[in-house]
Amino acid sequence: MWYRGGIGHWSWLLHRLTGVGVLLFLCLHILDTSLIALGPQHYNAIMGVYRLPLFRVLEVGLVASVLFHALNGVRIILIDVWVDLTRIHRLLFQIQMACFTLVMMPVAWIMLRPLLVQ
Amino acid sequence: MQLDIQIKRFNPEQDREPQWREYTVTLEPTDRVLDALHAVKWHHDGSLAFRRSCAHGICGSDGMMINGRNRLACKVLIKDLRQPIMVEPMRGFPVVKDLIVDMAGFFDKYRSVRPYLISDEAPPRTERLQSPAERERYEDTTKCILCGACTTSCPSFWANSAYVGPAAIVQAHRFIFDSRDQGRAERSAILNQASGVWRCRTIFNCTDACPRGINVTKAIGEVKKLLVKAATRPPHPPPTRD
Repeated sequence: MWYRGGIGHWSWLLHRLTGVGVLLFLCLHILDTSLIALGPQHYNAIMGVYRLPLFRVLEVGLVASVLFHALNGVRIILIDVWVDLTRIHRLLFQIQMACFTLVMMPVAWIMLRPLLVQ
Repeated sequence: MQLDIQIKRFNPEQDREPQWREYTVTLEPTDRVLDALHAVKWHHDGSLAFRRSCAHGICGSDGMMINGRNRLACKVLIKDLRQPIMVEPMRGFPVVKDLIVDMAGFFDKYRSVRPYLISDEAPPRTERLQSPAERERYEDTTKCILCGACTTSCPSFWANSAYVGPAAIVQAHRFIFDSRDQGRAERSAILNQASGVWRCRTIFNCTDACPRGINVTKAIGEVKKLLVKAATRPPHPPPTRD
């Protein structure tokens, strides 16, 4: 249902989306590693697909999803444990996003550099 | 000024689905959304149905979704809104007609938390006294007017209508933390169920929507912490050493 909520609403929505995204990746990961049971050629074939540039970009998205989900989870835990933090929950979200950006910038650069410098 | 207002209309005797209708009314920028609804009802379409009573933000009758957020129509000024103003009923409750929703379930949940003083003591001859600090403990949650804005802005409530909802928890908080009340255990048992406080995901929509400025998320958090403390407390006090 659509609702024009504030920071808490959108961070909750993003938390859910990143959580589902990471879960889908885990299912895919279990599936691709289980291909080894059918023979090394199948496993190598799927690994070859993962080395495509598009998948490198998707991997950056995966790291971003895990990082956002983790940081947002920590923010929620902090608020649940110290309820007075509810007064500054917007500031906490801004700090969370600053941490997210600080970590993601070098990580994205390291992961995408092989594609960019080729 | 000319004001364009779109209202989500639904007449169960005629319509299969709700539909948006647009009206143009003349108002002052300092008028409220409630005045716009009155202008529509009195000058354009008398069949428009909405609740309102005191019209001054006290009775909580005119809770509705205005431009995508739960607000009281009598507290929102026209000048503070982007046009066209979109008005629709609160989410999660069955629509009776137009902006009127069926709040019977909401009040059932309100009653389920025993929103009244529970005490085994005989009534005193004078007031049941408490210190200013004891009164301050639950001051914030005394302000609730049961408009339903918090409960119907909560995604957990949209997903599961069995959830007791922020408004009922606020009412429970008001008595749980009242030093004169002795019903903490029975209210805690109600709120500790699967449909109780644990459905809250700390989303803050309730706090943002509350027209009385209650920190609803904090109140729910305090009840959660109380339940955790009660669950982790040893069943018997530890033996004391002489």
